[in-house]
Amino acid sequence: MRLGTSRSGVLAAAVLTAGSIALSACSAGSLGSSEQSTPGKTQITFLTNNDPNNVKTANAMIKAFQTDNADITVKLDTRPGGGEGDNLVKTRLSTGDMADVFEYNSGSLFQAISPEKNLTPVSDAAWAGDLDDTFKKVVTAGDNLYGAPWGPATGGGVLYNTKVYTKLGLKVPTTWDEFMANNAKIKAAGVTPVAQTFGDTWTSQIFVLADYHNVDEADPSFAENYTANKAKYATTPAAKAGFQHLEDVHKAGYLNKEFAAAKFEDGLRAVATGTAAHYPMITFAVPAMYGVTPKNVNDVGFFALPGTDAAKAGVTIWEPSGIYIPKTTTDAKLEAAKKFQAFVASPKACEVQAKVAPIGGPFPIKSCTLPANVATAVKDLTGYVEKGAITLALEFLSPIKGPALEQITVEVGSGIRSADAGAKLYDKDVEKQAQQLGLEGW
Amino acid sequence: MANTVQTKAAVRPVDTQQPRATVARRQKSPYPFWFMIPAGVIYTVLFLVPAAVAFYFSLTRWTLFDQEFIGLDNYVQFFQEPALVSGLTHTLIFAVVTCGLKVVIGMALAVLLTSQIIGRAFLRSVAFFPVLVSTIGVGIAFTVLMNPTRGAINGALGVVGVQGPGWLTDPQWALLSVAFVDVWRGVGLATVIYMAGILSIPQEYFEAAKVDGAGSGQSFWHIVLPLAKPATVTVLILSLIGGLRSFDLIWAMTKGGPGFTSDVIASVIYKQYQAGFYGLSTAGNVILFLLVTGIVVPLFWWFNRKGVEA
Amino acid sequence: MTSRRPNYLLSAIALALFSVIFLLPFAFILFTAAMNQEEAATFRFSWPDNWQLIQNVKDVFRTRDYILVVAFINSTILTVASVAVMVILAAMVAFVLQRRKSRWNVPINILMLAGLIIPPAVVPTIWVMQELGIFKTMHGLILVEIAFGLSFCVLLFQAFISTIPRQLDEAAIVDGAGPLGLFFRIIFPLLRPVIVTVVVVQTVFVWNDFTNPLYFLPGDENATVQLTLFNFQSQYNTSYNLLFADILLITIPPLLLFLFFQRQIVSGLTAGSVKG
Repeated sequence: MRLGTSRSGVLAAAVLTAGSIALSACSAGSLGSSEQSTPGKTQITFLTNNDPNNVKTANAMIKAFQTDNADITVKLDTRPGGGEGDNLVKTRLSTGDMADVFEYNSGSLFQAISPEKNLTPVSDAAWAGDLDDTFKKVVTAGDNLYGAPWGPATGGGVLYNTKVYTKLGLKVPTTWDEFMANNAKIKAAGVTPVAQTFGDTWTSQIFVLADYHNVDEADPSFAENYTANKAKYATTPAAKAGFQHLEDVHKAGYLNKEFAAAKFEDGLRAVATGTAAHYPMITFAVPAMYGVTPKNVNDVGFFALPGTDAAKAGVTIWEPSGIYIPKTTTDAKLEAAKKFQAFVASPKACEVQAKVAPIGGPFPIKSCTLPANVATAVKDLTGYVEKGAITLALEFLSPIKGPALEQITVEVGSGIRSADAGAKLYDKDVEKQAQQLGLEGW
Repeated sequence: MANTVQTKAAVRPVDTQQPRATVARRQKSPYPFWFMIPAGVIYTVLFLVPAAVAFYFSLTRWTLFDQEFIGLDNYVQFFQEPALVSGLTHTLIFAVVTCGLKVVIGMALAVLLTSQIIGRAFLRSVAFFPVLVSTIGVGIAFTVLMNPTRGAINGALGVVGVQGPGWLTDPQWALLSVAFVDVWRGVGLATVIYMAGILSIPQEYFEAAKVDGAGSGQSFWHIVLPLAKPATVTVLILSLIGGLRSFDLIWAMTKGGPGFTSDVIASVIYKQYQAGFYGLSTAGNVILFLLVTGIVVPLFWWFNRKGVEA
Repeated sequence: MTSRRPNYLLSAIALALFSVIFLLPFAFILFTAAMNQEEAATFRFSWPDNWQLIQNVKDVFRTRDYILVVAFINSTILTVASVAVMVILAAMVAFVLQRRKSRWNVPINILMLAGLIIPPAVVPTIWVMQELGIFKTMHGLILVEIAFGLSFCVLLFQAFISTIPRQLDEAAIVDGAGPLGLFFRIIFPLLRPVIVTVVVVQTVFVWNDFTNPLYFLPGDENATVQLTLFNFQSQYNTSYNLLFADILLITIPPLLLFLFFQRQIVSGLTAGSVKG
């Protein structure tokens, strides 16, 4: 009979259970690393996304900050990026459990975390006057400023291979028709005209989102009307153009063969090595190029998405994330967090960032300068910025960005759905979001 | 201690439930309710209560920071979701395909692995390996393998001259490809459950059948199948629930793409959650719960009604 | 199916088929884990140009200040504690549900089935945990994993307790056993094959769980193994070789567990076919 063995079995189970419950009182975190700050020093926690490049930058910034502020230690904490990260940030804010200072997007995502309710305003900070006005707009809610910029602003448009252009004697296009004409010549020469990388769905949105400058030039009140449910993508020709461009490029057969599964790095590699001539992208991609094709980085230039009017050409700008302090940070930690925020907004921080990793655009801090050895594409972008030929992307001007856009743009860009149908579908998607946000007029 | 008088069941290897003829009311049952208390407390406090609270939030517009009671508006909006009908269809297809394949292949493999072949222990382990790898790991590995131009699967097919489709990029194939990977991953578990069921069938039955001249086919049909019923029901219910609710693998491999062609209800809900529509996505979860319950509970009942407690 | 000559043809076919279908993907993971970054990014299924598995494994461990080691410790504690407790508690519940005919069975079964169907609601769960003071603690997370895992275990146990003849219960009761004795000394040991299966499956599940630790026990010092996969994937630049090496490393403990128990499963299953 089993009774003999079972008794020892039960005993073993009991010991195991008791042991594990005792063990559970400690977790690896509490073994070893002390959570207590050393006396005399204030310790603050800083939460940022776990992208390896971002972590590298964060560590460098923390080190530089701690050198200048010997009485403060900053503990780095990371979270996933993307949608999961959005939820995590919102969850932690709503349960009162956020780090002492944290990094998060600016613009409409910033608005979505109820800044007036959750964040500490810093309108009277010394560095507030040093910020670019365009950046200030995207970290302000009500009348108060809440964030310092983490990283440079970047521009959305088309990365192109300068060597291919020189070889074929092409000029940078300033209208869409010129762009398509270039594509035809490129295809005839046996090079892939346009690389798309729908394996990473977010990249499919560029033709629509980066076109916003042209939409704004054609119809300056679009953002406002759009937010008030008075203007729609499907019925505003300038806005629909983005979807139409997606469809046209695919229909004309200008895409790379593996566009459906290709990933972001593949697109970078293609345009840097000249396998493809164009890659619609935002310039935050440029630093990534150093990791993918370091030797060809300067073979890549940048031009704004062409619209219908050459005279009004300009770039759609994406502002960087902001550094925010939640209301739950108080007393000594609040002081320390504010110092950290001030550091991030200082020229010293720009230097640190430029040294740690290559930069993808100009800093939104007036007293920061770009190092001379930035990539060609970034220099091209700076040209537009200095001329003032820029517009903030729609997501910074309106809280509405339909969550399904990237799926719709994949469909339109792959020929699964027509541009017309895509624009209409997006309008419906946006409607859902507006209703969920409880906006007026929807 | 008073003995209870019971009708003695005829000595058979397989037990059937016998009603107690008389039970002394005073006697405490050897199956006391308090056995369920520790589990019950944990389950209620950490699962049922939050679920009930969440249900309340499905009736609100919830940003996590403030809430506004809007009654059934979320449900109405959910039903107006353009991707809903296709999401539902995809969900049902996915659930039926994965459940069906797991039940059939699981049973087949279990029979194979309990028959007289060499290397049984090895084969059983091998079939179970995929269950051990995390969904993210499986998803990443197979996404790479299924790459239409560079993946090994199409590479192998190319060697024999077959042009492999875009497994995850062709709208026609995306959902099915993920379903196949899900079956690859889960069939090992189904097989193990079936094996437990088959091996608990006493040998005497098989011997008696052989004496009666039954071949292995009839042996299977008339002995294994009926007596492995609890195993079959378990596998069926678990796979069906898993299939209807399936999310992790689909998300890891296609995120519902290309476009919306592999979106299932669970990924539709998750996208709403990601977009910050917490009330709406909770309403979606309630609807999904009703859908799954509506399908699974009648099945569960039907199977157990016909039950031989075996 | 007693002693017959093994079917060699079937064995050969089975071996070949299983190897292709079940083993090849693992071979792919292994090869890619041994490549350098550029080669891994080409997705080729071939023997690596230079075999650098050890190097990659070292790199994986060194990432983020050895966070993988911390993650292993945390995941082990979490998995062992939650699985051990949930198995015992679930068996107790299933035992009573299966044996005792009462009108509470139906509602309890429904509530339990709900556990399989309703996804956990994160924010309300956090609120409850905060009220109880167990939020952001390891034992809080363990209790949460137990709560979420109970339904599956109860379901499996119920199905197999029904195969244990009541005569055994009755014999034990006649011998003077109380409920605890009956359960722990008679029933529990007989459930060995199912217990092993449940332990293995739930271990895999908790070990591979990524969302619950993320929300209920956040913080880098509390990282669990799945989270480390994110260190090698970024929006811009995925190190496939390190990523697959990480996948291999975090699959090893469940693999070891399975190999260890695999004998038990086999012997437990075959022993179960002879009922005393």
